Amino acid sequence: MKFSLGASLFFWPKDQVETFYQQAINSEADIIYLGETVCSKRRELRVNDWFELAKQVAKSGKQVVISTMTLLESAAEIQTLKKYCTNGDFLIEANDLSAVQILHENKLPFVAGPAMNCYNLSTLKVLLRQGMFRWVMPVELSSDWLSSLLEKAEQSSIRNQFECEVFSWGYLPLAYSARCFTARSENRAKDDCQYCCIHYPQGRKMKSQEGEQVFTLNGIQTMSGDQYNLVNEVNNMQAIGVDIVRISADSEQAFNKLSQFKRQLVNPQYIPLDKNNECNGYWHKIAGMANV
Amino acid sequence: MELLCPAGNFPALKTAINNGADAVYIGMKGDTNARHFAGLNFTESKLLKAVDYVHQREKKLHVAINTFAHPAGEMRWRKAVDDAVAIGCDALIIADLGVLDYAANKYPDIERHVSVQASTTNIEAIRFYHENFEVSRVVLPRVLSVQQVRQLALKTPVPLEVFAFGSLCIMSEGRCYLSSYMTGESPNTVGACSPAKYVRWQETDKGLESRLNGVLIDRYQPDEKAGYPTLCKGKFAVNENVYHALEEPTSLNTLALIPQLAKMGVVSVKIEGRQRSPAYVEQIAKTWRSALDSYQRSPDKFEVESRWMDSLAKLSEGKQTTLGAYHRQWQ
Repeated sequence: MKFSLGASLFFWPKDQVETFYQQAINSEADIIYLGETVCSKRRELRVNDWFELAKQVAKSGKQVVISTMTLLESAAEIQTLKKYCTNGDFLIEANDLSAVQILHENKLPFVAGPAMNCYNLSTLKVLLRQGMFRWVMPVELSSDWLSSLLEKAEQSSIRNQFECEVFSWGYLPLAYSARCFTARSENRAKDDCQYCCIHYPQGRKMKSQEGEQVFTLNGIQTMSGDQYNLVNEVNNMQAIGVDIVRISADSEQAFNKLSQFKRQLVNPQYIPLDKNNECNGYWHKIAGMANV
Repeated sequence: MELLCPAGNFPALKTAINNGADAVYIGMKGDTNARHFAGLNFTESKLLKAVDYVHQREKKLHVAINTFAHPAGEMRWRKAVDDAVAIGCDALIIADLGVLDYAANKYPDIERHVSVQASTTNIEAIRFYHENFEVSRVVLPRVLSVQQVRQLALKTPVPLEVFAFGSLCIMSEGRCYLSSYMTGESPNTVGACSPAKYVRWQETDKGLESRLNGVLIDRYQPDEKAGYPTLCKGKFAVNENVYHALEEPTSLNTLALIPQLAKMGVVSVKIEGRQRSPAYVEQIAKTWRSALDSYQRSPDKFEVESRWMDSLAKLSEGKQTTLGAYHRQWQ
């Protein structure tokens, strides 16, 4: 079983990104995803800066994958996407069918990211025909759903054609909009956002009127209010055939979590979740925000 | 431009056709469509009646099979496709790539429309559906601005359909798991957002409260109009400010955009609301028919009539209507 570091979903200053990936190079992760998946206005790093960073990380011997945008609307965004997809050096995580289309045209293999809506065997087959070599399960799906699907893949003799990765720790990416909720929270129009996401390295908390942590606002993306944590499921994941466990990049705990998750394979320990900040409901086929 | 109206049951379907719809879209009983609500949708016998009624009047019937197939239940989605084709539907509205693949291979001659739930927002994604599944139409999500729709219309190899009126999803459809995060059930997996069985209303000292699976969504003062607690339309606190942190409970109304949409070649305007009553469908179909006919008669002189806006305003969720993402400022 391998461990990956998912791309940072947040907007950080360039030097912070660089420092973070220096740490990533020395971390226990086998696979490093990097790149902007949320908002095309976030340009602390330009296309070439990401390539440069990818090169540095690749020197460490870790597999590097460039993650691409999820909600692409303008022609300019598609142009940028094409630059990433045809970079010639690095693997790509597609988070929209536009990337799949471009990669397939260029006969390039890809990772189908968690925003790709692949829920069943027939869809896996469609994506395999397009060049998928790794599938990241949509975050709302459960252990039952996954084992049923992997079993079907086994029966159809396609299970050996792709790796399966599960988003296992961090704030879950739940929704994408044309509106920017962080700008809205600062009473600004999206056109005048002043890149305010940069002031919230872990997003902005959105609570119910009773103080319950409900969601995290991250620009046009809405995330879970609590951090998803499957630390007690690592061995179960391995048993049902998960190949890669993803720890989402985070400015505070990602590297500690990588170590903690990895330790579960050699020295399994039950680690109680923090009732106020962590959730694991999706895995257990109940409300995502639940904690069991 | 085609006027495409919703019908959650047979009376609504008749009403839509009788009041000017060119086509009607429906769902079948069960979880194969994104309005899987109690008391809604069509059984097999009702499907037959529906298709007869529509075809006798030379209108069209679209069948929405627009949730994502469960791994152990793919046959259910395939059967839905088979049944819709067997009764003679004119188009299948599909979101799941696997279901689309099945329909394209088995029934190449039946029109396939890419559902709004597939979240197709750009030209390369449209090309993907065009090249792989020869789709006849793409329904655009409600996250695009009118300029973005125009750009797509210039380049698209596939005719476009847009949402014209009704409840407004502010998230890119098919890519929103907020409902399952709070309840375990999402439009993608069960065909319902903020499902009714999780909704609780309670009178309290602080006002009328609406909850979804226990989470407080909104609290209303006596003079406030209470709405269904769709979770993205509740009032939440960000840094102590309590407001509609994601979206006000508004409705989409694009009457004013009819000339622009027609000129860019959009082939169909879709009205949201399969969950709404026949009375709603009647008003909406009538009003949009008048507006589209008025544009057809004299495109250069088209003006939104106040009586249209008045009748639509009465049907809208919340107090106001909006151009949604079509209007740049909203974004």
